[in-house]
Amino acid sequence: MSVDSILEVKDLRISFSTHAGEVEAVRGVTFDLRNGETLAIVGESGSGKSVTAKSLMRLLPEANTRIKGGEAIFEGQDLLKLSEKRMQGIRGPKIAMVFQDPMTSLDPTMKVGRQITESLTKHLGMSGSCARERAVELLKMVGIPNAEARVRQYPHQFSGGMRQRVVIAIALACDPQILIADEPSTALDVTIQAQILELLRDLQERIGTSIILITHDLGVVAQTARRVAVMYGGKIVETGTVREIFYNPQMPYTWGLLASIPLPTADRSQDLIPIPGSPPDMLEPPKGCPFTPRCPYAMQICAEEMPDYTTFSAEHKAACWLHHPMAPDVEPPVRVRGTQ
Amino acid sequence: MTEGNGRPLLEINNLKKYFRVGRETLKAVDGISLKINRGETLGLVGESGCGKTTAGRVLVRLYEPSGGEVLFGGKNVHRTAGEEAKLLNRKMQMIFQDPQASLNPRMIVGDIVAEGLDIHGLVSSRQERLERVHELLEVVGLNKDHANRYPHEFSGGQRQRIGIARALAVYPEFIICDEPVSALDVSIRAQVINLMRRLQEERGLTYLFISHDLSVVKYISDRVGVMYLGKIVELASSDELYNNPVHPYTQALLSAVPVPDPDVEQERERIVLEGEVPSPVNPPSGCRFRTRCPYVTEACGREEPVWRDVGNDHWVLACHCIH
Repeated sequence: MSVDSILEVKDLRISFSTHAGEVEAVRGVTFDLRNGETLAIVGESGSGKSVTAKSLMRLLPEANTRIKGGEAIFEGQDLLKLSEKRMQGIRGPKIAMVFQDPMTSLDPTMKVGRQITESLTKHLGMSGSCARERAVELLKMVGIPNAEARVRQYPHQFSGGMRQRVVIAIALACDPQILIADEPSTALDVTIQAQILELLRDLQERIGTSIILITHDLGVVAQTARRVAVMYGGKIVETGTVREIFYNPQMPYTWGLLASIPLPTADRSQDLIPIPGSPPDMLEPPKGCPFTPRCPYAMQICAEEMPDYTTFSAEHKAACWLHHPMAPDVEPPVRVRGTQ
Repeated sequence: MTEGNGRPLLEINNLKKYFRVGRETLKAVDGISLKINRGETLGLVGESGCGKTTAGRVLVRLYEPSGGEVLFGGKNVHRTAGEEAKLLNRKMQMIFQDPQASLNPRMIVGDIVAEGLDIHGLVSSRQERLERVHELLEVVGLNKDHANRYPHEFSGGQRQRIGIARALAVYPEFIICDEPVSALDVSIRAQVINLMRRLQEERGLTYLFISHDLSVVKYISDRVGVMYLGKIVELASSDELYNNPVHPYTQALLSAVPVPDPDVEQERERIVLEGEVPSPVNPPSGCRFRTRCPYVTEACGREEPVWRDVGNDHWVLACHCIH
């Protein structure tokens, strides 16, 4: 782990008890977040990316969640073991989160201004008038016109893009060190998405917040991230810098993801290369590599044992048996090598 | 890409659909004209609220139009009744965005797929019905055993395949696909897109492909129309539109789409539009895009832009800044 890590997650394991049995959502996830960077966590629904993020904020339902192991070290303490009281001093002022659907993360019965000042008075001990001033300032910072009047309005009076800006303003109210953004632009139209992503980048430059961006959109990743972690079946299967993941991917699932999306330059006479089958059932997670049943290169060992990580550079590693010295040489699909 | 056998399969002339909202009128679709040729895929893109879904729904008579006409094979679809209307229902099918909401949860898949067969009297015996259902499920990449299960037992991608099988059951000629892959995961999306392309080739289907995902639309469509606030602002062949967008809105829309290529992204100059789409209840006068247009002048509020060909069958709702 490097010296400028602000957050270190080690071997995180999370399960949910359901009527159908135990769902193993996260199965040994390790990553770190560096000061001022954007780390993208990419994966499909059910890959465990949102569960990982929510566990850092301790937002998972306590009744049926079981943290089976691992730690998340932030400022020398393990977030997973803090008391709820201590956690309240971190959730908001130090680590903030932006969710996909802005309507559900705002209180429809409370004026927008109050929703922002709430954390200012609570965490920073600001006086009411001081906090109100700061709320207007924050709305201006996230690009909401006519902020003085807007603080006195309710969420339903804002459009989807504007609501997401309000949510970001609330998240940034106390200048958090870490911002976790879970699909922040997925529910928005592309022109609004472009505005929100640009806003996040601007704010990061100005405030220096480190961002964990959770998304399934590889375009958004290419545009905003410095490093990428690819999740599948509750595990990180490959991680590296954004260029390493896009131009030199080392794991068949990453190849599959890259080859299955139509590029703007794609030749329409050629079929897309889909990943066959569907994601694993986490009620009965596979014993070996979770991608085995869908992997065109799967070998016998793949179904039996999870491979170790192979390291390709300071940042780049992937878990795949193809990198074992005894494995056959395999060329990734042409589309992947030719992404340039 | 087109067969050009005389007339297009579908002709839309100055189609309008207004909704009453209290005392006001919401102009969801405000005068669109299009021709869709047999065997082609026409993509319709735009942001939420631009009227693309409403347009699709008017075509299949889920809504009555407020003005204009839709001709399918020369027949005005909103002026038909009885047997003739039923025949049109068979020839024009629809695939919806949310495969969860568009399949009846209390029906088994076999009955969902066969409903159209029963209604249109396309099978004469139980045996034939069953065989046809099995055949359809296999065509879309499911298997016979799936016929006795309920929709909730399937994943999103599989449900979308059931929706496609249902649409195919009645030998349609024209299918309106309203965001058919938007709710699916990336790895599943490509499976469904490939399936739709294969079926089109095998059966000579004509698609209207409605989506907000510009990369997917570009890939699947022969021609693409861009909608903004109830109007089509630009229409051209897929490559032409993406390589040479003329309308400022199309330019901004294309530049907003993130490309899954970090080097391209780093060098890209993005046109970030200010503000948001105005309300279709009171759309701006003159050019509807003027409130967000980077090239806006005083004249834009007065002059109504005109629909014209800029060459290469590339049509644009042209204002002063397009020559």
